[in-house]
Amino acid sequence: MSKEPVAVTGIGQTKHVAARRDVSIAGLVREAARRALDDAELSWADIDAVVIGKAPDFFEGVMMPELYLADALGAVGKPMLRVHTAGSVGGSTALVAANLVAARVHGTVLTLAFEKQSESNAMWGLSLPIPFQQPLLAGAGGFFAPHVRAYMRRTGAPDTVGSLVAYKDRRNALKNPYAHLHEHDVTLEKVQASPMLWDPIRYSETCPSSDGACAMVLTDRAGAARSPRPPAWMLGGAMRSEPTLFAGKDFVSPQAGKDCAADVYRQAGIADPRREIDAAEIYVPFSWYEPMWLENLGFADEGEGWKLTESGVTELDGDLPVNMSGGVLSTNPIGASGMIRFAEAALQVRGQAGEHQVEGARRVLGHAYGGGSQFFSMWLVGSEPPTS
Amino acid sequence: MTRDIALVAFAQTDHRRTTDELSEVEMLMPVLHGVLDQTGLRTADIGFTCSGSSDYLAGRAFSFTLALDGVGAWPPISESHVEMDGAWALYEAWTKLLTGDADTALVYSYGKSSPGSVRDVLTRQLDPYYVAPLWPDSVALAALQAQALIDAGETDEPALAAVAARSRADATANSHAQLRGSIPQGDYLVRPLRTGDCPPIGDGAAAVILAAGERARELCERPAWIRGIDHRTEAHSLGVRDLTDSPSARLAAEKAGAFERPVDTAELHAPFTSQEVVLRKALRLDDTVRVNPSGGALAANPMMAAGLIRLGEAAAAVHRGESDRALAHATSGPCLQQNLVAVLEGDPR
Repeated sequence: MSKEPVAVTGIGQTKHVAARRDVSIAGLVREAARRALDDAELSWADIDAVVIGKAPDFFEGVMMPELYLADALGAVGKPMLRVHTAGSVGGSTALVAANLVAARVHGTVLTLAFEKQSESNAMWGLSLPIPFQQPLLAGAGGFFAPHVRAYMRRTGAPDTVGSLVAYKDRRNALKNPYAHLHEHDVTLEKVQASPMLWDPIRYSETCPSSDGACAMVLTDRAGAARSPRPPAWMLGGAMRSEPTLFAGKDFVSPQAGKDCAADVYRQAGIADPRREIDAAEIYVPFSWYEPMWLENLGFADEGEGWKLTESGVTELDGDLPVNMSGGVLSTNPIGASGMIRFAEAALQVRGQAGEHQVEGARRVLGHAYGGGSQFFSMWLVGSEPPTS
Repeated sequence: MTRDIALVAFAQTDHRRTTDELSEVEMLMPVLHGVLDQTGLRTADIGFTCSGSSDYLAGRAFSFTLALDGVGAWPPISESHVEMDGAWALYEAWTKLLTGDADTALVYSYGKSSPGSVRDVLTRQLDPYYVAPLWPDSVALAALQAQALIDAGETDEPALAAVAARSRADATANSHAQLRGSIPQGDYLVRPLRTGDCPPIGDGAAAVILAAGERARELCERPAWIRGIDHRTEAHSLGVRDLTDSPSARLAAEKAGAFERPVDTAELHAPFTSQEVVLRKALRLDDTVRVNPSGGALAANPMMAAGLIRLGEAAAAVHRGESDRALAHATSGPCLQQNLVAVLEGDPR
């Protein structure tokens, strides 16, 4: 029994900004979907099903918005699924859509993820009082800062590494027309001089709040054969979850992340990710998560991730570029952020990433995580179809 | 590539108007253990887990994360979540099993409507710019649909009352139901709907286990095979829909193969009596079909679980040998906007 190979033949993003006051939520998602269809040279009628994802409904104040968005996404008369797996949702949504193709339930599926954070306030959306449970400690930064500190203590990483990541990602974002932050005057000194928010995380080492949407057209082998541009092929994809809080949890390098990556590499026949994978789009909302995830994903041995970052390996011209698009640090419409990682990985292997293209990228990882570092979704895409 | 996939276990809570003393996780735990005990499986044996719930009912973001702790996701599990009724979580799990990546799946969903005013809460799922600011509540919208049916000559108030009476009478055999036995049709809530035409507001949870091929036969004496399952959505705006019909339910049923042979039993997720009238017509169910022997959503309607319960009740009828071919239906959105239909069959006897 074999699965149907899954190809990405259309990708669309909005220009991500702090507030898209010119469009409704429906207008925003429609824009990304339309661009993905145009890229694939397909019409709404070619789409068999729609899979949509976003982070909590409280971020826009609309309960189950897929109901209201059915018309805008051409879903009337079609199946429509709404995925929600916290910050990893953009990736999970793409994987749920991919499964519809892999299972041969549908031939061509539109998948889309969005967040219009200007409709509300994400910080407060995460800070509703709940009895008998710790709050998220002043937004996500307050939750993750102690784990960054634990990483530094465990590995002996110098406290300069985080700013290197932020400086790199913000420069990469200048090459990506869709990125939210375009800081033309960014310097390493400016990053290092930015205010301390949640020690050791500085202002310039955090992600922005963005409005934006990302869409992809996923299709089967026959659909890929009709694609006007080179498709990206899914070589492996997986989700893993673990509990939020328990005594055995390693917040620095969660087991669910390691297991998820191992599953993807097994599917794709990857034995040595550091050598066999050409680039990665990794979910880095706070700069220190680049070295942390490099270890969790098997690109570096435990305690060694910061050395890759420090030596320039993850720069756009390094030999393992990470977050060529500018990453979550430059663009963060939360529910869409994971799908943007997946889509940017696909753009790279299609050779369509423009100024932030990595020359000769043939296998690229897309990664997302969410909750209290407990939900993981990843895929590996390639320029060639899977052989097995 | 086709794989036979079946529902092999089903459990639900006793649905109640309030469960102040229980967290969502505490409400869910017994049904999780219920389906695991029925099959002898442990969490670590499950290939894929998928759940359905709503942050808006819980009143907090990421509400499903705590339920995951209750599942015992350690070592880490392959898991996903839809912000929809659990029937759609079952659909996602079904596709996962079809790919061959897993042989078993745990599907669960839950919802507590008691902490707030669910009629008000549901207005938040309407178009946020043009409709939600007017706060039209779920009963008022259902009443528009009921009045359209009456105006079209499709039903009348006594016929609706008969639907309610039959549902609640059938529910006397269902110990989980929230409303059982005869109750008065009641006063008008929103004309033409009386209290008896409307579902109770309640809290509840449900879980099922799916298994593929031989694994299903090992886990269940008479698996309820999913012969077809499909779901379709309609436009959101009520103004562009014919409220007396349900084209999405009809299309889903057609794609699920429901019209290929008659079914003997149907579990319909029709929270309002008038919606049963719409669904019977769209799904071509005549008087030979037992409709909602569990009492249906008029006897217990825990938000986010009520659709999954229809699939579970239909499967349980097959497990017990009371049905050979059952139709299960779930709905979401105002006035039956989104509909899922599954056809479940037992092995021939």
